[in-house]
Amino acid sequence: MFLLSPGEWAIVSLSLKVSMVAIAVILPLALALAWLLARRQFPGKILVDALVHLPLVLPPVVTGWMLLLAFGKQGPIGRFFESTIGLGFVFHWTGAALASAVMALPLMVRAMRLSFEMVDQRLENAARTLGAGPWRTFCSITLPLVTPGILAGAMLGFARSIGEFGATITFASNIPGETRTLPLAIYSSLQVPGTDSEVFRLACISVALSLGALVISEWLARRMGGGKSHVL
Amino acid sequence: MFFDVDITLSRGNRQINATFSSTAGITGLFGPSGVGKTSILDAMAGLIRPTSGHITVAGSKLFDAKTKLNLPPEARSCGYVFQDIRLFPHRNVRENLLFGQKLAPVDRRWMALEEATQFLGIAHLLERRPRTLSGGEAQRVAIGRALLSAPRFLLMDEPLSSLDPARREGIMTVIERIRDELHLPILYVSHDRVELNRLADQIVELPC
Repeated sequence: MFLLSPGEWAIVSLSLKVSMVAIAVILPLALALAWLLARRQFPGKILVDALVHLPLVLPPVVTGWMLLLAFGKQGPIGRFFESTIGLGFVFHWTGAALASAVMALPLMVRAMRLSFEMVDQRLENAARTLGAGPWRTFCSITLPLVTPGILAGAMLGFARSIGEFGATITFASNIPGETRTLPLAIYSSLQVPGTDSEVFRLACISVALSLGALVISEWLARRMGGGKSHVL
Repeated sequence: MFFDVDITLSRGNRQINATFSSTAGITGLFGPSGVGKTSILDAMAGLIRPTSGHITVAGSKLFDAKTKLNLPPEARSCGYVFQDIRLFPHRNVRENLLFGQKLAPVDRRWMALEEATQFLGIAHLLERRPRTLSGGEAQRVAIGRALLSAPRFLLMDEPLSSLDPARREGIMTVIERIRDELHLPILYVSHDRVELNRLADQIVELPC
């Protein structure tokens, strides 16, 4: 009986599209930042760390407004994308993806950084003495050992992204079929009297999606312990 | 002269000095725990950069503070058998053994997988995961991994410390065979005088 109506399915598929694109695009950046923060000492590290975490503590409406300044039609980065590859963000699903990505970044970096810190660097040193250069060591030792952590971070980011509301509505607006993701659809329905069952169904979908992503993320994170226990 | 080493290391606020030279065979590095024996091996392998001095092995310089030469670990052709073994947990025994061999230039390889497994008695372990090995088995795989990486010399850091007496005897025999049959020079760290008296051709005593 809990089959999705075409309208609901459109909302869910838009949400999934926005979140998946957001995570896929932000994943390399999150990975690089996680590695940098876990393994390197450099001047200004505290500042980079704080900037990465800013979307976690800032009111999402402020994050959305800042995105508007940078990526909006008059923003410097927004103008650049519009003029070079014709990619617009505001009033467009790509904008919802960008807002989701920025909001998911801190959680992803935190999870991935932790998994980099858990990898035993003594194993990397062993690989170096066996003839592997730094890049090969990273690909053949570090990366396989952090893979569960990367996936856990990506799923956590995905869960966050599915629930993203404030920055999205501020930056990309609330346009049905374009930027109206699941949370925005719930909010819109709440504005209309007599839509209790609609809201209830959308809320249930939202809970199911988020819970599923969280459970998978947690399960992956638990598999991460493996990297350490084999060194005597 | 095979090993010609004169280095100063700084670990924390402590200075470690090591000056020794020795011919091929097994050179024992002897000293109590905490004197910096492992740090000296790490410097030989290129994992730690000494503050001054030089490291020469078989006539070629691996490190020289004067000329700012510091070969990275992967360019030193040393087989390092770590005290804590460090087999790769996500790869089985065969993949661990072949890790270094695949990276060594073909014309520099001097041992085949079958030879190594037979030499060390580990042929039956090839498909196992490191976590399922006993201490003695893991130690033999670690030695095999180092031998197969086509090293010009071995660094061994207390290879017997984690083993019970029966296993010790087995590994000691293996080490003697590496010396006598493979003629591979070994820098061997231990805090056990008896062990070194049996194995080492020359003992370097580190000051406390």
